[in-house]
Amino acid sequence: MRLYGTEITSRLMLGTAQYPSPAVLADAFQRSGAGIATVSVRREAGAERAGAAFWSLVRELGVTLLPNTAGCHSVKEAVTTAQMARELFDTAWIKLEVIGHADTLQPDPFGLVEAARILTGEGFRVFPYTTEDVVLADRLLDAGCEVLMPWGAPIGTGLGLTNIYGLRTLRAQFSDVPMVVDAGLGLPSHAAMAMEMGFDAVLLNTAVAKAGDPAAMAEGFAHAVQAGRLAWQADPMEPRDMAAPSTPVIGRAFLE
Amino acid sequence: MKTARVLGAGVAGLCVAAELVARGCAVTVSDTATQPGPHACSWWAGGMLAPFCEGDTADELVVRLGQTAADWWEGQGVAVTRQGTIVVTLGRDRKELDRFARRTQGHFWLDTDGLTALEPDLAGRFERALHVPAEAHLDPRAALKHLRDRLEQAGVDFVAEPSQADGLTFDCRGLSARDALTDLRGVKGEMVVLRSTDLRLTRPVRLLHPRFPLYVVPRTDGLFMLGATQIESDDRRRSVRSVMELLSAAYALHPSFGEAELVEIGADARPAFPDNLPRITRRGYTIHVNGLFRHGFLLAPALARMAVETAFDGTKPELLHEDHA
Repeated sequence: MRLYGTEITSRLMLGTAQYPSPAVLADAFQRSGAGIATVSVRREAGAERAGAAFWSLVRELGVTLLPNTAGCHSVKEAVTTAQMARELFDTAWIKLEVIGHADTLQPDPFGLVEAARILTGEGFRVFPYTTEDVVLADRLLDAGCEVLMPWGAPIGTGLGLTNIYGLRTLRAQFSDVPMVVDAGLGLPSHAAMAMEMGFDAVLLNTAVAKAGDPAAMAEGFAHAVQAGRLAWQADPMEPRDMAAPSTPVIGRAFLE
Repeated sequence: MKTARVLGAGVAGLCVAAELVARGCAVTVSDTATQPGPHACSWWAGGMLAPFCEGDTADELVVRLGQTAADWWEGQGVAVTRQGTIVVTLGRDRKELDRFARRTQGHFWLDTDGLTALEPDLAGRFERALHVPAEAHLDPRAALKHLRDRLEQAGVDFVAEPSQADGLTFDCRGLSARDALTDLRGVKGEMVVLRSTDLRLTRPVRLLHPRFPLYVVPRTDGLFMLGATQIESDDRRRSVRSVMELLSAAYALHPSFGEAELVEIGADARPAFPDNLPRITRRGYTIHVNGLFRHGFLLAPALARMAVETAFDGTKPELLHEDHA
């Protein structure tokens, strides 16, 4: 999978927040083989790079870092955070979150497009956290985004894919654009489903970090992502509404 | 007579000093300030002795070792309130309480009447709650002062600068020991103290919430300590956002907090190792006791006992890290 020209081998991406400890976080990455870690910049930033100790632990994971603008509620905040992230992590990659609703943490589609345009103009490689809306996706691509991150469900809900029709439509409309289903996944089966639908990768955090055994759950997700990907590549059968025996039923008039 | 130096007079240093005194050791404790105060992160602690609740996210050994804390503090003459802990959630987070119950031990379910019997001021506010009766709490500042005075009376010398003398040294400097313990990091915690004349609580109340968890610890004179954020940073600024979150959660717990007086806002960085578990690190004649994270008052007694045992008896406690850096 190529994202902004970089080859990424694992199709599982994990967030780095909310784990019981950095050691558990490291275990989860190791057991899952996740290839990308998202890191929140905003809360930990503080004065004089006060979050440096944690970030160096994240760097030691040895995976590609994707800083994010989690918790930003305005274009200005998101742009400033992205600029800070570029300086701190020495990367032009940014997962862009512009939150529009404090309770559901839905993306603000208007602010998202505006921030994406500003950031791509400044040379950022933007990974926008978006809804499954096709028109919004089109605007984000116009703004210079080359990867999309549609949600499965609101952040932290663990509800899975709540609008399967919408996600299928999005996938079908932009079949060449790398897409990562981000947010709302609670179980490995949700991840498998997203991969079976042809999404390129999944990104999750809470489902792993808040599990009783985060490392085991991370490994479970890794298997699911692999299973779903294989299924997508294998061209699955079409479901049908009558039974179709896999062995011919000889001697019976079955086309009655 | 055996002699030992203790560096740092936070909760870890004072507990180690107490264990040394119990062994008949002549002890000098050095700290930049000679009285307990805001320079030590234990000053900002909640003072909950809640090993079972901590088991929600902490390792089994926190639960196990933490169970000895209340007796230890009481043995030092510190006032310990043994009324347990109450755990509640707001209506929409009901499942959080089931999850918490599944992952922790030592609790009993309460219905509205059961909760009202224990905490009358929470009557009608929660359909169900958990009570963890074996837990306790103390006032951390009073406990630090009491322990320090007691040690001074027992002949412990409190000084501002450590003597240069060689010999047995217990380094309990918390985050200041980063020069020696390079994988120590700061995890910021912010707290608020309120005074309410309307509300009475007998025991700590924990409000589970996926985004804004809160605990409220009652203290004397109508004071309530609200805590605490947990942010991967060694920054010590008190942020508006964190204070708003703590106050909003407290207001959701009980609207009476809306009328409370804002007494204090505090922040400090807890010393933690990557696994968030404490360590006893032995390097020659220096023994480091550090990384107590959010479990200072809960785990310092057990750590102190282990550290002194390893120094005098040569035992190898489970949290011992021997390295020769």
